[in-house]
Amino acid sequence: MTTLTLPEAEASAAVPQRRLVVAMNNVSKVFSNGTLALKGMSLDVRGGEFISLLGPSGCGKSTALRIIAGLGAASSGSIDWPSSKINSHGLPEGDVGFVFQEPTLMPWETVFGNVYLPLKLRGVRKGEARDKVMENLTSVGLADFADAYPRELSGGMKMRVSIARALVTRPKLLLMDEPFAALDEITRQKLNDDVLALWQQTGITVIFVTHSVYESAYLSSRIVVMRARPGQVFTDLDIAQPALRDGAYRVSEFYRANCQKVSDALQGAIQSAES
Amino acid sequence: MSDLKATAEKGTDSAVAVLLPRMSNNEKVLQVVVPLVALAVGIAIWQWIVTANGIPKYILPGPGDAAVALFTDSATLWPALWVTLRITVMALAIALIGGVTLAIIIVQSKWLELALSPFTVILQVTPIIAIAPLILIYAPDTQTALMICAFLVAFFPILSNMVQGLKSVDHNLLNLFELYGANSWQTLLFLKVPASMPYFMAGLRIAGGLSLIAAVVAEFAAGSAGQGSGLAFRLLESQYRLNLPRMFAALIMLCGTGIAIYGLTSFIAWLTLHRWHESAIRREN
Repeated sequence: MTTLTLPEAEASAAVPQRRLVVAMNNVSKVFSNGTLALKGMSLDVRGGEFISLLGPSGCGKSTALRIIAGLGAASSGSIDWPSSKINSHGLPEGDVGFVFQEPTLMPWETVFGNVYLPLKLRGVRKGEARDKVMENLTSVGLADFADAYPRELSGGMKMRVSIARALVTRPKLLLMDEPFAALDEITRQKLNDDVLALWQQTGITVIFVTHSVYESAYLSSRIVVMRARPGQVFTDLDIAQPALRDGAYRVSEFYRANCQKVSDALQGAIQSAES
Repeated sequence: MSDLKATAEKGTDSAVAVLLPRMSNNEKVLQVVVPLVALAVGIAIWQWIVTANGIPKYILPGPGDAAVALFTDSATLWPALWVTLRITVMALAIALIGGVTLAIIIVQSKWLELALSPFTVILQVTPIIAIAPLILIYAPDTQTALMICAFLVAFFPILSNMVQGLKSVDHNLLNLFELYGANSWQTLLFLKVPASMPYFMAGLRIAGGLSLIAAVVAEFAAGSAGQGSGLAFRLLESQYRLNLPRMFAALIMLCGTGIAIYGLTSFIAWLTLHRWHESAIRREN
């Protein structure tokens, strides 16, 4: 367990040298009712990072995620995709996977049909897609449920299907909007471990929206703490993480110290919004 | 399946995955037998009332008399049923095509929906029997007029249910389709139409029953007569002649037709929805 005492500088120093995946430049968002949801947010996301957007309700973290995904345009500022092919909608071609807060599955399709959807929309035939879909279902442990309908699955299993669907296009960037907020603690920890394993295996870049200090401190290589009214970045923390994160890590002093650091930052963000 | 649960899923909420409940064979048999027995008892009571009180056939025929009339008068009744059935089915088919098409057009723009709303509301709230005489004047023949009446009645439930269904698509799923760059045809075919199926099926069941009612009621209003007439004319004719057994036979035919339409539309709904929609799912508690 020597990895647990890894100095912070070592882990964070490696990150800035990676290529830029997406950059938010001074992005603001005003809703039609006049609410300033996001004010002047800038964020550079580099390849292989696991970034958590952490903050209280109404801090604009989900809004920021949706703007990156191209769901609702920014009122001002820009989103740059330096290393992606851009399609006619101004979005990176198949480079983004999105996992919503709810599983958001089509109830009339089987598990297979749901995971196949992104490929179907690109005109890939079912026969050609079969291997890819099954491979993704296997990676989330649901290969045996390919023919089941969503209503036959538990909440955690539906979320796994949703993750498999987001990964089926082999995106560079995976956006997750409080994906496990509605799950019980045991299922949530299991899914956290699974997401972490997928991230380590595939080298995908993840932006993970959460309001849980413990979840963000467990998963992230970097935590962007946000404050509310108006929603903006409060502080940006690099988190040193050991290579192996497991049950022992969850109760280690190192993890506790990380949680402390993140929790203090979050408290600061909440205080600053109230003052 | 069980291996997976035993290892990868240990302790997670997959233990509560809802597997389809099974119905025992006994229960399946009872589901058919109970309503049939109840129906037989009802018919037996009817026969008993008629024989016990010595009621003459021209006031209240027994079920036996009605059954006999069903055969003896088959030369007049079956062609009439065919006419009514044809009007009903054609009206329903046109209402289906028209209702679904208009619904798809309407949901494209809220201004279009607003602009068309007075017409759809007028069609819905005006009692069809009141328009029937007018339609009779303009339609080339009685049959066409009856079909237009039945169509107007069946059209609205399909239109309004379909519009409701097309608008009730999960917003996140719409976002998902947008994210993957789906064009509007793909969104319509793969998302909006399947999502609106429960609503459409509810509309279909209502419209199926209503189109038969309208085909009969409109024929009453039209007062059609002669060879090419439907069951409604035969009902009136039997009434004038006090041929009550034939009247009951005609009513049994209409009732049977109604049941068949309801059964068929319910079966179509079940076929489409039973794997996924809550309305078609049995729960243990």
